[in-house]
Amino acid sequence: MEWEVVIGLETHTQLKTNTKIFSGASTAFGAEPNTQACEVSIALPGVLPVLNREAVNCAIKFGLAVNAEIAPRSVFARKNYFYPDLPKGYQISQYELPVVGKGAVTIQVPAVGKNPAYEKVVNITRAHLEEDAGKSVHGAVEGMSGIDLNRAGTPLLEIVTEPDMRSAAEAVAYAKKLHELVQWIGICDGNMQEGSFRCDVNVSVRKKGSDKLGTRREIKNLNSFKFMQQAIEYETRWQIETLEDGGTIQQATVLFNPDTGETRSMRSKEEANDYRYFPDPDLLPLEVTEADKARVKAQMPELPEAMKARFEADFGLTSYDAATLTASRELTDYFVQTVSAGAEAKPAANWVMGAVSAKLNAEEKSLADSPVNPNQLASLLKRIADNTISNNAAKQVFEALWNGEKDVDAIIAAKGLKQESDSGAIEAIIDEVLKANPAMVEEFKAGKEKAFNALVGQAMKASKGKANPAQVNEILKKKLS
Amino acid sequence: MLQTKKISSVELTQTFLARIAQHNPSINAYIALDEAKSLAQAKAADALIAAGKASPLTGIPIAQKDIFCAKDWPTTCGSKMLANFVAPYDAHVITQFDAVGAVNLGKTNMDEFAMGSSNETSYFGGVKNPWDVERVPGGSSGGSAAAVAARLCAAATGTDTGGSIRQPASLCGFSGLKPTYGVVSRYGMIAFASSLDQAGPMAKSAEDCALMMNVMAGFDERDSTSLNREKEDYTRDLAKPLQGLRVGLPKEFFAEGLDASVGKVIDEAIAAYKKLGAEIVEISLPNTGLSIPVYYVLAPAEASSNLSRYDGVRYGHRTAEYTDLMDMYCKSRAEGFGAEVKRRILIGTYVLSAGYYDAYYLKAQQIRRLIAQDFVEAFKHCDVIMGPAAPSTAFKAGEKVDDPVAMYLQDIYTISTNLAGLPGMSVPAGFSNGLPVGLQIIGNYFDEARMLNVAHQYQQVTDWHLKMPQGIE
Repeated sequence: MEWEVVIGLETHTQLKTNTKIFSGASTAFGAEPNTQACEVSIALPGVLPVLNREAVNCAIKFGLAVNAEIAPRSVFARKNYFYPDLPKGYQISQYELPVVGKGAVTIQVPAVGKNPAYEKVVNITRAHLEEDAGKSVHGAVEGMSGIDLNRAGTPLLEIVTEPDMRSAAEAVAYAKKLHELVQWIGICDGNMQEGSFRCDVNVSVRKKGSDKLGTRREIKNLNSFKFMQQAIEYETRWQIETLEDGGTIQQATVLFNPDTGETRSMRSKEEANDYRYFPDPDLLPLEVTEADKARVKAQMPELPEAMKARFEADFGLTSYDAATLTASRELTDYFVQTVSAGAEAKPAANWVMGAVSAKLNAEEKSLADSPVNPNQLASLLKRIADNTISNNAAKQVFEALWNGEKDVDAIIAAKGLKQESDSGAIEAIIDEVLKANPAMVEEFKAGKEKAFNALVGQAMKASKGKANPAQVNEILKKKLS
Repeated sequence: MLQTKKISSVELTQTFLARIAQHNPSINAYIALDEAKSLAQAKAADALIAAGKASPLTGIPIAQKDIFCAKDWPTTCGSKMLANFVAPYDAHVITQFDAVGAVNLGKTNMDEFAMGSSNETSYFGGVKNPWDVERVPGGSSGGSAAAVAARLCAAATGTDTGGSIRQPASLCGFSGLKPTYGVVSRYGMIAFASSLDQAGPMAKSAEDCALMMNVMAGFDERDSTSLNREKEDYTRDLAKPLQGLRVGLPKEFFAEGLDASVGKVIDEAIAAYKKLGAEIVEISLPNTGLSIPVYYVLAPAEASSNLSRYDGVRYGHRTAEYTDLMDMYCKSRAEGFGAEVKRRILIGTYVLSAGYYDAYYLKAQQIRRLIAQDFVEAFKHCDVIMGPAAPSTAFKAGEKVDDPVAMYLQDIYTISTNLAGLPGMSVPAGFSNGLPVGLQIIGNYFDEARMLNVAHQYQQVTDWHLKMPQGIE
C-alpha cells in the first residue's frame, strides 16, 4: 500500500521588540530570573495590558512579506488554563480574528538522491500575535520548582500553514525558508537555541490518492531542523506501521526525544484543555489602517522573491541559482557585495554557491565568519576575467586567502601563478611540444581527437601551468591545420 | 475650611480617625487603617496649603475602597485570598488623589471581589448600615457607603460593576456617581468584570462628587479602555438652572418589583424637578428585564478569567498542605474564595465552555447591544433619565444571603447602565420608614457634568443629603 504523509506547521517566532507585548518590561534574553518581570508580567491584582505597537508592526511586516491579507480589525482573546508559568491564568492571544490572514511562501526543496530539486508553494492560513509564558525552573532550589517570569509577555507571532507539505524534506525546507524570511525582514533573531523560533508539526498519513485527511498528531516544540526531520520521519513510520497493523491513530500531542529519536504521546485529545476563549475586555480591537501598512512597507527591505526576480533578469542567473542566493540575507548580501566590488555576476554566483559555500560547510562556519570577504573574492574573480590567472590557479589563490593571506595580486606574484598570455612565448612552447611528440601529431592527423587534448596537456605542462589554455588551444589548432 | 486655615488637615484627619475609633467597631466600614501614614499625608497637605499650592481636595481625608491597590497598604478586595497581600504599587485613582495632596484615611470593607449587594460576602465581616445597624449598607462598596453615611470620612471612592456605588448610595442616603465607562482609569483597581467595572465618587453632595471627579477622571495610558479626552471641570455646570430639562421616566423602572413606599419617594422627587422647571417625558427601555440575566452571564464570564491569577503560586493565599500542583490549586482556591465568588467563577466557567459559549456568552453580548440601543433611542427624547436606584430600602442582614436571585434583583435598575457603559448616579431623595431612598439619574455618555448639575440643583431645594443617621453625631 502506498501512503502519503500530510504535514502542517505552527511556528512560534519571538518578535524582536525591546519590550514585552503588553508591558514595558525588557525582553532581553538571559537575565537573572525574574529581573525582567514587572507588575504586569507577574500579573499582580489590578494590572492591565497595553499593546506594544512595535509587535504589531512586526506582524504587518510578516503579512506583507507573504502577500497576506492584513486584517483592518483583529481581536485579542483570552486563552484560559492554569499553569505555574502562566501568571494570569490565561494567555492573551488572537483566536477568531487574527491580524494576518491567508498568504503564501514559495520554498525550494533540495534534490535528494535521484529526485531533483523543485519549488513548491506553501499556503499560510494565518498568523496571530500572542504573549509567551514564563519558564518553570527545576532543581535550582532543592525540592522545589521555581518560576522565572522574565519571558512571560514576550511577543510571539504564531504562523500557521495549511496542511500542504508532503514529506519531512518539504517541512524542513518550509521551516528553513520561514526562518530565513523572519530574519530577513528583521522581526525575529532566529536564535533556535534560545527558543526564538519553535515549531509544532502536525503529522497525519493517508492512502495515496485519498483526499480525506487522516487523524493528526502534533509534535510539539521542535527547535532544530535536524530534530524536525528525524521527528517527522519517525512519526510517519510509526503512524503507517500502526495503521498497517490494524490500529487507529488517536489525536494527540507528542514530544520528540532526540536521544531515542522517538516521539511519545504527551496528552490525548480527551485530556486537552477547554480553553474557554473569549475576547479580552481589557484590550480594544486592534486596528491596522492602510496608512499603517504603508508606513511599515516603507521600512521593509527588498524581499527575497523580488531580489530573486531581479537576479534572473539583470544577471541572467537561473531560477535555481537566484533562489539559492536569496535563501538567506547573509548569502544575498555577500553575493551583492561581491558583484558591487567589480566581479561579474555569473562567476560570482558560481563561486559563492560553490567554493565559498563548500568551505563554510566543511568548516561549519557561517558567512559572517568567512575568512574571505566579498572584496577579496571580487579581486580574485577580476584576475580570472582579465586572464591574469587560470581557473586552476584561482583555486590556489582562494585557498591562500582562506588561510589568512590578504592580497590577491600579492598571492599571484608570490606563487608565480600569473598565466602566460604572450602568443610568441606560447608558440615557442608549442613548437617544442610538437617536435618532442611526433607520434601524437600523427595520431591526431589520423583522426584521433584525443591526441589533441594530450598535446594541450603537454603544452600546459611545459609552461608549468601558466600558459593561457584558450591561447594554447587556438595556436595548437592553427599549427596542426 | 482647610484653605481658609480654620482647621488644619492634621486636625481634620485626627477628628475623622477619632470618629472611626469610636464608631467603626460597630459599623465595620474599614478593613485597614494606618494612622501614621494618614497623618503624614495630612502634614504634607498642610505644608502645601501653607505654600499656597492647594487645590480643593488637598488635605481632605478620603476613604479608599479596598479594591484599589495602594502602595504599602494591605489590599484585600474583601477576600481571604488577598488577606495578607500588601500592594507594591499605586492604582491610578490613588495616584490621582496623592497628586492633589488628599489624605488616604484607610481602606474600606467591601463584598468579596466586589461580588454582592449587601457587603455580606466580605471575608472581613459584614458592614452595618449606620441608619439601622440591623440592616445592610448595600454593596459591593458597602464600607465606603457606611463610612460616608456615618461621617467616618469626608468622601470615599467606590467601584460600580452592576450598581455597587449607586445601590449602597441609595441604601445609605448619600450621593454616588458611576461615570461613563472609560472615564476613570481601571489601572490598579482589582478587576471583577473588566468591561463593566468603573470607579467613581461617593460623597455627601453632588458638589463633592464633582470635586472628586475632577481628581479621579482623566486619561491613563496604562488602561487601554481609558478614554483620551480633554480634562473636564465637573463643577462647571453646577449652578445652571434646570428650566426646560427633559426628564425621561422609563415605565419599566416603575413596574412590578418596586417597593411602593420607594416609588412614592421617587414620585415626590420628580415633582420637585417639575417645580425646578423640568419637563417630564415617558420613555421605554424595553430590554430592561433582560439586563440581569445578561449581566449574570457576562460578569461571571469575565470574572472567572480575571480571578484565575489567584492560584497560590506567586502571592495570595496558598494552602498549607498539598500533594501536587493540582491539589495546591484546588485547595488554595477552595480555601481562599468565599461562596459567592465560587458561584460566579462556576457560572462564568460554564458559560464560556465549549458548546455553551454561543448560547450564553455570545447571545448575552448581542442582547447587551440591544440594551445599549434602548438608551440611544431614549436619549432622543430626553436629557436625563430618572427612576429609583434600588427597588427597596436597606434590608436586614441575613435576609437575602440564601437567595442569590433575590439579591441579584437589588441591581435591577442599575445594571443596564453598566451594560450600556453609561453614567449613572444616586442622590438622596427622602425616606421610607426612616430608611434612605435614592433617586437614580442616568445621563448620556460623558454627560456627568450635566447630571451633577441636575443633582446639585435638587440639593439646593432639598436637604435629604444633609440628614445624618442618629447616634453618630
